[in-house]
Amino acid sequence: MDFTDTPAEAAFRAEARAWLAAHAPAHELPVGIKIPDTEEADRGRAWMRELFDGGWAGLTFPKKLGGRGLSGIEAVIFAEEEGKYHLPKGPFTSIGTGMALPVIAKHGTDEQRARFIEPTLKGEVTWCQLFSEPAAGSDLAALRTKAVRADDGSGDWIVNGQKVWSSWAHLTDWGILVVRTDPTVPKHKGLTFFIVDMKTPGIETRPIRQISGMSEFNETFLTDVRIPDANRIGAEGEGWACCMTVLMGERLGSGAHRSGIEPLIDFAASTPDGRGATMLDDRSVRLALAEALADERGAGHFQARLRTMVSKGENPGALAGMVKLSYAGRQQRALGLAMELRGLDAIAADPTDSFTPDLQYDYIYSTVMRIAGGADEVLRNQIAERVLGMPGEVRMDKDVPFEQLK
Amino acid sequence: MDFDLSDEQKMLAEQARGLLAERTPYDNLRKLIDAGAEWDEPLWRELAEMGFLGANVPEAFGGLGMGELDLGVIQQELGRVNAAVPFFSSIVLAADAIRLAGSEAQKAEWLPKLASGEVVACFASAEGPGPLLGQGAKLDGGRLTGAKHPVADAGVASLAVVQVGDGLALVKLDQAGVTRTRLDSFDQLRPHYRLDFGGAEAEAMPGRGVLELLLDRAAVQAAFEAVGASEACLEMGLAYVKERQMFGRPLAGYQAIKHKLADMAVANEVAKSNAYFAGWAAEASPDDLPAAAAAARLSAIRAFELGARENLQVHGGIGYTFEANCHFYYRRERLLAVNLGNRGYWADRLLEAQPGSQGKAA
Repeated sequence: MDFTDTPAEAAFRAEARAWLAAHAPAHELPVGIKIPDTEEADRGRAWMRELFDGGWAGLTFPKKLGGRGLSGIEAVIFAEEEGKYHLPKGPFTSIGTGMALPVIAKHGTDEQRARFIEPTLKGEVTWCQLFSEPAAGSDLAALRTKAVRADDGSGDWIVNGQKVWSSWAHLTDWGILVVRTDPTVPKHKGLTFFIVDMKTPGIETRPIRQISGMSEFNETFLTDVRIPDANRIGAEGEGWACCMTVLMGERLGSGAHRSGIEPLIDFAASTPDGRGATMLDDRSVRLALAEALADERGAGHFQARLRTMVSKGENPGALAGMVKLSYAGRQQRALGLAMELRGLDAIAADPTDSFTPDLQYDYIYSTVMRIAGGADEVLRNQIAERVLGMPGEVRMDKDVPFEQLK
Repeated sequence: MDFDLSDEQKMLAEQARGLLAERTPYDNLRKLIDAGAEWDEPLWRELAEMGFLGANVPEAFGGLGMGELDLGVIQQELGRVNAAVPFFSSIVLAADAIRLAGSEAQKAEWLPKLASGEVVACFASAEGPGPLLGQGAKLDGGRLTGAKHPVADAGVASLAVVQVGDGLALVKLDQAGVTRTRLDSFDQLRPHYRLDFGGAEAEAMPGRGVLELLLDRAAVQAAFEAVGASEACLEMGLAYVKERQMFGRPLAGYQAIKHKLADMAVANEVAKSNAYFAGWAAEASPDDLPAAAAAARLSAIRAFELGARENLQVHGGIGYTFEANCHFYYRRERLLAVNLGNRGYWADRLLEAQPGSQGKAA
């Protein structure tokens, strides 16, 4: 076990650090000021282009596909160094590199790879994810959006249905889309995967008014949307396998985040307790924050163990879900505690206080963390079944043709 | 960066696990409790033969000179089987205290005997209810007065490392000035004693200011022990719910049970990861040790608490019987939650040591 860099890793880190010092500051977002999302997305594209030109795009992506073919550890080092800057990164960058590209690389044709990989790495093509539906969230394979062949002999597909929770769909160029092409077979078997140009007629994106007051998620309506067969990824009926490729990327990517607990410790230290000391002197507050910090540190070290597994060619599988499961609940509890220790001021702070509004927002957003990308309960099932070998859930819909399900 | 045990450490773990699985069936633990035994002496002799007792004792003093992570691997396996041996008292605490604070002569006299298992030592610090480090014992002119209690494993020990104020002293227990009284120990496999010192001969160790370091290093080892025990709880609970039929299907198929065990597994992995990092830091990055040890201690207590309680819970009524095996861990868990300072102590230590944190209390 060695938590320090090897000479080669240290050299890589120094190289990354020097490059970032020269190029990252010009791309940093202003702190504490919300910029319009169109501007944020444009700045995200510009940062991706900078990364590409500097040779830092697609670090773990195979060389023959335009990446650098580096190990997971090097990607971790770069992410650590990059994380020291407040850069325009988000779903509008990560869905392309973390979801669309892996599935195109694994299931796509050579032509599709040539057409999309480099432009995506350059930030010229950005992506959104059209998976979830109002009646298909954790049970994604229950989705109802359907595609049928056009009757004009073109081989095109005509898509009708509704997708939801499509982050940044209003500002991205292309979407990864999974739809039902065969309702006569059991639900997982009748799915097919497409990529779709978001400017295609018949696609209407409406922002969702969220409990946070923000609207970064959308619902996307697809009405007689025509998709050429050339934009099908993988074979008909191979959609579920493509989704699994996407979701693995999502799990391994989750949890790469800055420390969540330390700012809350400082927040407690800046809150008077009315007895001449601060809330950080309160025994119960100290214990709760220290336990959260210990948990956060342990989850970080656990993630490092998983990355070591990956760099040795092992597949962590459902173990990866543990990082996210631990993170989401811990954040919600700790943020809730931070509001509580602040007192009534946590509800309506003085306008000069810039931290409390962030805390309020993070507390609201922590609910998303517990639901998106594998809900807590789904992750617990996966850990129980795939790590501990416990029996699967009773599935009433197994082996039943989709069209016969209620 | 390499966040995994080395191949040698994995082999050490397998070796220890193999020996302990064979030598410590649960029925043997029941026999020890029924007999009111002090310890599993034959197991102690075997651990000595394997060289485990000298794992972290320098080679110059008859040990193997291995690191804290190697010792942790052994502790994890001892925790897994609830071994009734004074390893934590004699090796993790007493031998390490002598190594950190003892004179060359004291090290030369005691470390080889501790490493060979010829002498067992206990570690005496608490003085009744309250903090881990009692302040009543007095050492004056080579004479020790006061009382230390509870003290684990003092029945089989012939030497005590006694904390006196901010220093440490060596006291032979077989002398007129020492009275040993066995207490009724909540952990039935680790007897506890009251030690009364009426002007007992005692030898101060010259090293000062080592107590925090000693406790940090021991905290790492306590965390490994708790992680091993907590993993055993998960394995035991899992085996039981897979076997047990309920309403026509295995208990393991119910989501309430699956989620409980999934949470145990997550807590174990988090605690183990903190223990690994702390074991590494103890050797390779001493500046990181205080925060790493405290984090390991806190998350190990949390994991084992969950493991011990929920393992018994999923067993249902059978878990409340002496014939089932849940109770060994249910009792040991409370010992490990308090035997090295409780959560409050380690919360303070973590908040004060965390880099970049303003965690110092006003």
